[in-house]
Amino acid sequence: MFLSETGQFSTRYADDRRVFRLRQARLGIVALLAFAYLAVPLWASDYWLSAILIPFLVLSLAGLGLNLLTGYAGQLSLGTAAFMAVGAFAAYNFQLRVEGLPFLASFLLGGLVAAAAGVVFGLPSLRIKGFYLIVSTLAAQFLVEWALTKFGWFSNFNPSGVITAPPLSVLGVDLSSPAGRYLLTLAVVTVLFVVAVRIVRSDLGRSWMAVRDMDTAAAVIGIPVARTKLLAFAIGAFYCGVAGSLWAFAYLGTVEPHGFDLNRSFQVLFIVIIGGLGSILGNFLGAAFIVLLPLLLSNLGGSLLSGVIAPGDTENLQKILFGVLIILFLIREPEGLASLWRGLRARARVWPLRD
Amino acid sequence: MDFFLEVLIGGLLAGVMYSMVAIGFVLIFKASGVFNFAQGSMVLFAALTFVSLLERGFAFWSAFAATLASMLVLAWAIERGVLRHLVNRPPITLFMATLGVSFIIEGLAQLLWGAQVHGLDLGIKDEPLELGGVLLSSFDLFAAGTAAALVLALSLLFSRTRIGLSLRAVADDPLAALAVGVRLQRIWGVVWAVAGFVSLIAGLLWGARLGVQFSLSLVVLKALPVLIIGGFSSIGGAIVGGLIVGASEKLAEVYIGPLIGDGLENWFPYVLALLFLLVRPAGLFGERAIERV
Repeated sequence: MFLSETGQFSTRYADDRRVFRLRQARLGIVALLAFAYLAVPLWASDYWLSAILIPFLVLSLAGLGLNLLTGYAGQLSLGTAAFMAVGAFAAYNFQLRVEGLPFLASFLLGGLVAAAAGVVFGLPSLRIKGFYLIVSTLAAQFLVEWALTKFGWFSNFNPSGVITAPPLSVLGVDLSSPAGRYLLTLAVVTVLFVVAVRIVRSDLGRSWMAVRDMDTAAAVIGIPVARTKLLAFAIGAFYCGVAGSLWAFAYLGTVEPHGFDLNRSFQVLFIVIIGGLGSILGNFLGAAFIVLLPLLLSNLGGSLLSGVIAPGDTENLQKILFGVLIILFLIREPEGLASLWRGLRARARVWPLRD
Repeated sequence: MDFFLEVLIGGLLAGVMYSMVAIGFVLIFKASGVFNFAQGSMVLFAALTFVSLLERGFAFWSAFAATLASMLVLAWAIERGVLRHLVNRPPITLFMATLGVSFIIEGLAQLLWGAQVHGLDLGIKDEPLELGGVLLSSFDLFAAGTAAALVLALSLLFSRTRIGLSLRAVADDPLAALAVGVRLQRIWGVVWAVAGFVSLIAGLLWGARLGVQFSLSLVVLKALPVLIIGGFSSIGGAIVGGLIVGASEKLAEVYIGPLIGDGLENWFPYVLALLFLLVRPAGLFGERAIERV
């Protein structure tokens, strides 16, 4: 099947610039989307939809947000969960306080508020870089978590700071079933991924990469570094904010500020590392890995190793395993699962010959 | 006024404790350019190992020696298993690797010794002490004394020994140090071992104060702003940064807290560090980076 790409010539520059240059790739993506939109909601069980597929999609989206910021623009952030929290709580408040606001509009507005927060905490990146920047994003993390817990207004004076999802419906169609929530998430994720692919291939994306590789050099060749960095923060935080809304409303239903703590930020960071920094596909691979591995481990621990390992220890073992995997990935495959996939595809292309 | 002084001095003494963690950071950053996020887990691991050995009937000093030995093994394993394979990688990669290391150490510590909270009694009475009309905690004074002794010992190590000389050479210019025959990997091992020793001391002091439990590894989050204010590559900076963070945190808690709500000690040091960064991007004592294209 890989051989049939022969004869597909690019005769115009526009052909060469397409995201999916090969006919097979285009057919493949259409088939995949058809499968995800039609087959999955029909046949997948409620457990799969609401406990695996929805968090997988939402985490991919959060990973994409961080990847745009860290993988493409090179600005390390440990405040992902803070931006997710801002998005979720802002969307909740828009929904609560603006009468008759469409559901998706409040997602969008929540994302915009998160983008504003991203710009505010990204401002120090104009003066500082690298590790010093971690502090700015950590400041966001702690400040947001504290403010959302402290000031009751954000959670409409709920005594424990919990926010609950408004009824999910778009254009009068009720989406509160697992399949409905899955389709809602999938639709949002698809649109935002398409936009991200376009951004990364636009001049903004190229500027991000130039700034990432060396910002002094980028400034010398005339890239507006300040604007580029702040846009990276804004757009990355926007994606995280929308992911936060989806996490709160489509996945969990109710969420408290501590659901967006530092560990969530680390989780998203690991998705990006394991999936692949500077890769769009990598976010899906990394998120799938992060969602499936704990399930696999606890199932294994439950069946194979029952009696050998105390149930309380599975969590610790999982932690150790995550640590080992991260180090292994950094040593062996610094570009993550996405790079493994690329290598595999390149080999399959010329199989049975070797390149 | 007395109250102000009391808060200030209490804060300064608490800041000394932050400095202890920050010093471990600085040692490793200076010698290998690694931003070691695992420092907090090392503190947890050391304290947990020590307490568990004590509870299993070891005497104080033999438990101390055994813990120190385990920290040395840990340092050796990190150098062998992680750092050696990541030579010449970008600093961000190394940082993320230490995140992985911290996961492993935390998991290991709790797998070995369990997750329950242990009390740790170093035999120092925490009685309020009155000096010139100001009430001070004797435990804090003891911690400050320990920190001073530690810094003295470290500066002697750096300035008077052959190992110290090679450490300074590596910190100054790794390539040149390699060229004159300093064994880089051994130096890294030594530095991580010394950082392990520092985290053992810090772990004992913090453990005695808060109880030995998982949250001990979170002191790393307190040490970060200290580093930012002091600069990543200066031990003196770590001390001064710790004092500034400790004092301002307590003052803010007492004087600003009532205005906007309590619990601000989690984020206040970070905001303070940010303000510092805007004025002095390399910290108070850090070296200014010069960039070439």
